[in-house]
Amino acid sequence: MSAGARGASRSWLAHAALVGAAACVAVPVIWVVLAGFRTQISLLSGAFWFTPVLKNFREVLFSKTSDFLLNYLNSLIVGALSTLICLVAATLAAWSLHRMPWPRWFVHIFFGWALVFHMFPPLALASAWFTIMRSIGLDNTLTAVILAHTVLNLPMALWLMGVFVRDVPVELEEAARLDGATTPVLLRRVVLPLIAPGLAATSILTFVFSWNEFGVALTLTMKQTATVPVAIAKFAQDYEILYTQMAAAAALSILPALVLLIIGQRYIVAGLTQGAVK
Amino acid sequence: MEPIAGTAAHAAPFAAGQPALAKRPAAGDFDRGFDERVWRWAALSPALVLLLTLSVLPLINLFITSFFTVTWSGGHSSLAPAGLSNYRALAGDTLFRAGLLNTILFAAFAVGGQMLCGFVLALLCNQVTRGRVLYRTIFILPILVPGIVVGAIWKLLLNFDFGLVNQAIGLIGFDPVNWLGSASTALASVIFVDIWHWTPFCFLLFLAGLQSLPLDVYEAARIDGASAWQELVYVTLPMMLPTIMVTFAFRLVLAFKVFDEVYLLTGGGPGTSTQVVSYTLYQRFFREDQTGYGSAMSIAVIFMTCLLLVAAFSSRRQTGAAR
Repeated sequence: MSAGARGASRSWLAHAALVGAAACVAVPVIWVVLAGFRTQISLLSGAFWFTPVLKNFREVLFSKTSDFLLNYLNSLIVGALSTLICLVAATLAAWSLHRMPWPRWFVHIFFGWALVFHMFPPLALASAWFTIMRSIGLDNTLTAVILAHTVLNLPMALWLMGVFVRDVPVELEEAARLDGATTPVLLRRVVLPLIAPGLAATSILTFVFSWNEFGVALTLTMKQTATVPVAIAKFAQDYEILYTQMAAAAALSILPALVLLIIGQRYIVAGLTQGAVK
Repeated sequence: MEPIAGTAAHAAPFAAGQPALAKRPAAGDFDRGFDERVWRWAALSPALVLLLTLSVLPLINLFITSFFTVTWSGGHSSLAPAGLSNYRALAGDTLFRAGLLNTILFAAFAVGGQMLCGFVLALLCNQVTRGRVLYRTIFILPILVPGIVVGAIWKLLLNFDFGLVNQAIGLIGFDPVNWLGSASTALASVIFVDIWHWTPFCFLLFLAGLQSLPLDVYEAARIDGASAWQELVYVTLPMMLPTIMVTFAFRLVLAFKVFDEVYLLTGGGPGTSTQVVSYTLYQRFFREDQTGYGSAMSIAVIFMTCLLLVAAFSSRRQTGAAR
């Protein structure tokens, strides 16, 4: 919308402001990643120049007292499995509710409850999850965290997949039906190919949200089952905070997000904006 | 579903191999009804089971527990009926009250700040033609960073002794400030960190909204000689209202859930200056093992969330009716 009349000077100002804002976003992250390469003394002295060392990363990843690699693996497992379950459940449910002959009140109650549930602070439900998981012997297991993350992300996935499922032309589904397609065939051959971009967007977001989730993971895990955010929080809880190791762990923890940002930005943007614009 | 003229023709090759079906022209529709009845339940059931067992059941569990005093000994719990005493105790809990007040303050200022910053950035980004994707890439980054890592980043940056922020204000001659350690600046610091974390999200939604606005309205405004300011107030803002409302709702919901940043940055302190509802819940239930009382608090928080939802919906209905 930058009309030529409004001139290059305004565009210049806009660029200057945007570069400033980008610096506000990027500098803190870069500074902390760099802190991961410093020695504790160099960081505490506040010197600007330093010789990079890999000590912190070695300590965080390979020292005998650190479980960070295990935490990383836990987070990957929890993220992958909860995303998988969440996506399958949400896609099937969204399709069923939007395209099958349900009574309208039923559809409203289902989506309504998902929305209400999405508003609850997870910490309000964490206590009940903790009690229930404990009573069925799932306390301190990855299964408990996987289940909790699945249901936490279900409303968002349901909503997003609902948008994508409604974009599938009804005529196509009807045509497939008339050709005698049963529901499984219809879903696999007609619906699935059309909602694939939606699935990509939703799964990236679900994975990231599971990867980032802290409060529930904190309450449902112990040392061996802790996820990455729980492990990073431990650094800050110690009596003497190992700042540079915390920085190294933080840098390692944003790697998956960076990879997803590079390979799937299109999907992330689509997923984040889909609900708001439609 | 009325059988359409094409039905028989389409079904014919399929039915030909199945003489039993071929005798009845409407068989396809019969089968379809059965197929739909089975599959609509089959497709819904995973999500239904998940929601029933992990959202409805816990809620019932919380509700029942909230009327008991639970004592733990050796990993076993014993329940003693407590009537409404847990709920009565809530009113006198200063931590809970501080948590509620701070959460409201936090949500109001953090969401307000993010929306304002996000809107300005989106307007700027929408004006430039070059580098828009690059800016967007950088701005998305904080959305993807775990809340706890955002906390860790700013715990380092706001550190009294060596943090970048104190170094920077030292360069222009100010004394270092104990951002997270003094009661007067702690909540403001947490709000600032949240604004940093979520302005990009608001920016992204607003930018998508701006880009979907019809261009001809701007043409018309320009022909009528509207200034840039008039264009913003009379054209952009009214057309952006739906996007603004949705973004506001999204962010408000998340702001009321705030936990991660507070846990890492301040732990609710100093004193109760950054105590927020989720953190109070965590403290009472998990740190102090007050299972019954914690459940009552959870129910109270959930109830308030529902009230907020009802208020939001009724106000939306009103504005909808006014239009």
